[in-house]
Amino acid sequence: MTTLLMNRNAKIKASTGEKRPVTVGSVLTYIGLLFWAFVSIFPVYWMLTFSLKNNAEIYGENVIGLPRYWLFSNYENAMRVGNISRYFVNSTLVAGSTIIIVLIAAFMATYAMTRLVWKGRKMMNKFFMLGLTIPIHASVVPIYIILARLQWLDTYGAIIIPYSAFSLSMGILICNGFMSDIPYDLDEAAFLDGCGVWGIFFRVITPLMMPAVATVGIYTFLQCWNELMFANVFIKSPEIRTLPVGIQALCGQYTTEWGPIGAALSIATIPTLLVYVFLSKRIQDSFIAGAVKG
Amino acid sequence: MKKTFSYKMNIFLFLLPALLLFIGVLIAPIFLSAYYGFMNKKGAGGAETWIGFANYTEIFTSTSLGFGKALGNSLLLALFSVGIQLPLALVLALKLGKGVRGERGFLSVYFMPVLISTVVIGQLWLKIYNPDYGILNQFLRSIGLGDWLNQKIGVWGTRAAWLSKTNPLALAACFVPILWQYVGYHMLLMYAGVKSVPKDLLEAAQLDGCTEGQVNRFIIIPYIKPILKVSVIFAVTGSLKSFDLIYVLMGQDKNPCDVPSTLMIRMLFSAKRYGMGSAIAVMLILLCFAFALLINIVFKDKEVR
Repeated sequence: MTTLLMNRNAKIKASTGEKRPVTVGSVLTYIGLLFWAFVSIFPVYWMLTFSLKNNAEIYGENVIGLPRYWLFSNYENAMRVGNISRYFVNSTLVAGSTIIIVLIAAFMATYAMTRLVWKGRKMMNKFFMLGLTIPIHASVVPIYIILARLQWLDTYGAIIIPYSAFSLSMGILICNGFMSDIPYDLDEAAFLDGCGVWGIFFRVITPLMMPAVATVGIYTFLQCWNELMFANVFIKSPEIRTLPVGIQALCGQYTTEWGPIGAALSIATIPTLLVYVFLSKRIQDSFIAGAVKG
Repeated sequence: MKKTFSYKMNIFLFLLPALLLFIGVLIAPIFLSAYYGFMNKKGAGGAETWIGFANYTEIFTSTSLGFGKALGNSLLLALFSVGIQLPLALVLALKLGKGVRGERGFLSVYFMPVLISTVVIGQLWLKIYNPDYGILNQFLRSIGLGDWLNQKIGVWGTRAAWLSKTNPLALAACFVPILWQYVGYHMLLMYAGVKSVPKDLLEAAQLDGCTEGQVNRFIIIPYIKPILKVSVIFAVTGSLKSFDLIYVLMGQDKNPCDVPSTLMIRMLFSAKRYGMGSAIAVMLILLCFAFALLINIVFKDKEVR
């Protein structure tokens, strides 16, 4: 009986992963996992290292090692000659404005759908959730025609507005989760203290929604920082280009100077990586939530 | 109190910004696309003439347009995606989900490529495939395949280029980064699924003497079937809609690796045929919808059995 129990305990231990014997299988598993980790990370490692090398090293002397001389001048070149600093500012501006618009629109709509009482609010929510499945392809041509008619092509607004609209559904989805968790007693208490719906929205709900700001902000940032199709079609003049379009242009122009190009690619990637390092769990969660609902 | 919270004007005002954005940018353009699809429209301000289904007949019959080939390419990508990318993601998710040392670290590394701009990834792979200095060719030369590469020069063009238009492997070379980038995405979804399997279910199976393979096959995979369905839908519709990487790797001109989206963008830019561009967009949306429906049916069938 005791042996049986011990056996059982051992099995439970093994299954919950407290202590595992080292077997051939587990070693092979580990090698496999490490191999894929290497495959995932290698192109990024290669990019970061060749962004600091000169052509001689990149072209053969030292292809995959760490740079021998750390050429930060590549970054300077990319910034100055390649105009990357301009594109960086544009991308930041576009992402920032988009985040603000999405937050305002999503907060207000979610408030109407979770705290206000009316028929059809569930339907309205479902309607907004349709946006998670609509591909941007559906609207490139019509939006282009509309923007051309309004003479709005080649402005920041030409991409900020579409970006906001396409991030809105996800924003509402995330806000819904957070706002439903705020106790309804607070609304009532505030109402008894003389607040109207707008007062409750601004003074009670919005301050409590700060965690949602971060999640919506990150998700929206990732969407517009990397977007190519809209930015490519709606923006022509170099002064308004965002990073993806700017990098496309830069790489087409300078094909032999790999160092500065690597620097430009790194400049576009480092902000995302930084955000990811600090908020990886939250980013992953938001992607899971979006997929499960969509 | 009830009255204040259901005052129509307030509700309307709260919804207004979101509705304006949503209807103006997402909903209305779908109908506009459908409308322009029946038009012959050249240039944004150009005249519109109703031509019925002419755009669609051209899509299906014209060989010079190349829609059939483009659709074939994206379906091939879908096939690879479901056949290679998803199984790989599933294996990784199963291993990670059951707990290994450094689980979080692996997860974060695998997911990282998803967050990197496709332009950056495309440009990086352009460098990897570079005929002279790309690490792929340098690697092949270093393991003694230099002669083989040299033989290919005559067929593939300058110095054995992977992405040249005459290289039959160019399509595969385009697929590699696309598949590579999104393994982590599917892995993350499946991992979340594996984590949601109740612990006592796994313990019971283990006490009954199930091997790891049996646990995977009879407990975890059936349990996460809804997530697998989502993954398959994303893989297929994502392949149909693929644009960024092909566009970055192959450029704007007509090429053998075209997919429907690159055709659509070319209709806008080079040909200025907005009606045709819209018709292609409509086809894409219908195809995505049809495939999503089909996959739903296939998965439902299996559930009944």
